[in-house]
Amino acid sequence: MYEITEKIELSHSVYIFKVKAEKIARKRKAGQFIIFRMNEQGERIPLTIMDSDIEDGTISVLVQEVGKSTGLLCGMEAGDHIADVVGPLGHPTHIENFGTVVCVGGGIGTAPVLPIAKAMKEAGNKVISIIGARSKELVILEQEMKEASDELHVTTDDGTYGHHGFVTNILQKLIDDGVKIGCVVGIGPVPMMRAVAEVTRPYKIFTLVSLNPIMVDGTGMCGACRVTIGGENRFVCVDGPEFDGHEVDFAELTLRNRSYLKEEKIAMEELTYHEGTRCYERSDS
Amino acid sequence: MDPKETKERMKLPRQPMGEQDPKERVKNFYEVPYGYTPEQAMAEAKRCIQCKKPLCVGGCPVGIDIPWFIRLIEEGKFVEAARKLKETNGLPAVCGRVCPQEDQCEKVCIVGKKYEPVSIGRLEKFAADYEREHGEVMIPNLPKWTGKKVAVVGGGPAGLAVAGDMVKLGHKVTIFEALHVAGGVLVYGIPEFRLPKKIVESELDYLVKLGVEIELNAVIGKTDTVDELFENGYDAVFVGSGAGLPNFMGIPGENLVGVYSANEYLTRVNLMKAYQFPEYDTPVIQGRRVAVIGAGNTAMDAARTALRLCPEEVSIIYRRSREEMPARLEEIHHGEEEGIVFRLLTFPKRFIGDHDGRLVGAECVKMELGEPDDSGRRRPVEVKGSEFIVDLDVAIISIGNGANPLIQQSTPDMNVNKWGNITIDQETGRTSKKGVFSGGDIVRGGATVILAMGDGRRAAASMHEYLSTGEW
Repeated sequence: MYEITEKIELSHSVYIFKVKAEKIARKRKAGQFIIFRMNEQGERIPLTIMDSDIEDGTISVLVQEVGKSTGLLCGMEAGDHIADVVGPLGHPTHIENFGTVVCVGGGIGTAPVLPIAKAMKEAGNKVISIIGARSKELVILEQEMKEASDELHVTTDDGTYGHHGFVTNILQKLIDDGVKIGCVVGIGPVPMMRAVAEVTRPYKIFTLVSLNPIMVDGTGMCGACRVTIGGENRFVCVDGPEFDGHEVDFAELTLRNRSYLKEEKIAMEELTYHEGTRCYERSDS
Repeated sequence: MDPKETKERMKLPRQPMGEQDPKERVKNFYEVPYGYTPEQAMAEAKRCIQCKKPLCVGGCPVGIDIPWFIRLIEEGKFVEAARKLKETNGLPAVCGRVCPQEDQCEKVCIVGKKYEPVSIGRLEKFAADYEREHGEVMIPNLPKWTGKKVAVVGGGPAGLAVAGDMVKLGHKVTIFEALHVAGGVLVYGIPEFRLPKKIVESELDYLVKLGVEIELNAVIGKTDTVDELFENGYDAVFVGSGAGLPNFMGIPGENLVGVYSANEYLTRVNLMKAYQFPEYDTPVIQGRRVAVIGAGNTAMDAARTALRLCPEEVSIIYRRSREEMPARLEEIHHGEEEGIVFRLLTFPKRFIGDHDGRLVGAECVKMELGEPDDSGRRRPVEVKGSEFIVDLDVAIISIGNGANPLIQQSTPDMNVNKWGNITIDQETGRTSKKGVFSGGDIVRGGATVILAMGDGRRAAASMHEYLSTGEW
């Protein structure tokens, strides 16, 4: 069991959890993720590690309540326990001195961008960050991103805060203004990552995106997380999670991420078991 | 045994094993065979002619003293029979169920030359079940600690065999398991109706009682590397990390929603208990028409699992003919009884999806067998113009696995072959890295539970020698 030591509410239904996991805290690098399982009945869900504290042996993850498992987690408080936490999984972000790096975070994608921005800055890059959200109250980690960056731009879709528009507007403007960009890191919802990759494609700017497919074991056994990268089948859990944004088949990823929409709805509606239409008998009854 | 008695024994009929009616069992996940009663077991044991030079022992990958345990059953000493088994096989209840006995011990049984072979597997299952169900599991006296610590990477059949042997030799053993439960393929792969999970649990429990520590959620290569295990005080490491990433065919449409690897499908249903969704949170697409591509044991497991989620049709699509199907005859027979449709000499050329990217069908082509290929089997060749469409909403690809890359990536001084599988000395299980042994699917690519256990036992013997002498 893994203890939750702290819960911080960032905005409506978005929380940071600090979880006791000493080995992972010591080992993890920017870009890596964990898989958690809430309880005996739970699913295995991947979450990017945002930060860690080696001294108190905790990792920080940011969670948005979107389904049953994230909902259960968001209902937990400090002192509660999660059944399983495993990691750090995936390859760390490739960090080097590119000169100038633009870090783009969309929505809760800002959380995984934060450690990468920090690491890029430590590697000597000039870090320009762009974080975007639908609306002012959904802007997260602004202060932290400000500290990690040389320059920060905030956008909101509805114009309630910062630039009125999308993160890609700012990215395009930086390019138009002649900023020499060595690398763009874009993490957020799939349409946003796709849009970022499309902005940089004509200029051949190296663009990293972090993919978030459905996983089961997350350790290179099941193949659920396969994605098409440059026409090849790749596995996000062991080959990723970061890939060249210009090579990713985002359309396929979008469809695959919608595999269980119907089942997710059932799980949310029926939090307890009832006799459904299936014809099996339960083996534990 | 005098010749007359031998002759009489050989004429005794093989005891049939009762099993759930196919019509009933496709509606549940309970185990299919019921197992022998004590009377049946004793009657079956009487068929063994107690050969002086028993070929069956040579046919067993772990070398169980088969005539001896069978004689104990014949004498009604069931618990003693189980203990005899456990001297050489740590998991008899598992092996009695999932070993391909017809290709091993029973294949070479002398009685089987003229009549049906002795049901060695069923007797093994009987003895192990009897001991467990009667609470007779005995913890043997263990030798004093040797002062050595052993790390076992992966809690599947190979690792469990190593752990059992090494702890009995007086070493401290820790199993590092990547998943949230140990057992490897026994828990994520083999379905409940073939191997009830409570049996695996009790085998694991036995190892824990012997003093084996199991650390869950520990992905070696990530959480710790092999070198860090040595730094942390382990004197030897066994790598049994198991089957790796599933192979796909490379045909169009393979990433449509509804196309699964057998690993994913079975993991969802067995390990994550998707058959009890929504009580358990992990879903699986149930499907109306399901096809499994491939015809090995894993394919049969996937097909029979799919059948129990009650679609209208489950088929096996296989490019060769019935004779070449690699699955055990018993599995094929069970699948047929349960109503699986066999689309033989057929292969998919592409999967077809709808506008939501969900699978709706496969374009298949008929095959015919041509000249033998490298494997000695006749090579299937497409019949031109024979394309046809099969309606499908779930396809399960079961054409083998590659190697898991995590340990190899983080252990560059350990040799692997061109497919990424770890290379070992066959006799000793030693890798190219001092103190590191390996076996099971990470070496073999894809084999059986008992072969992995055999690897584990050989590696354990050699590991003990290494720890005792320090010689590599």
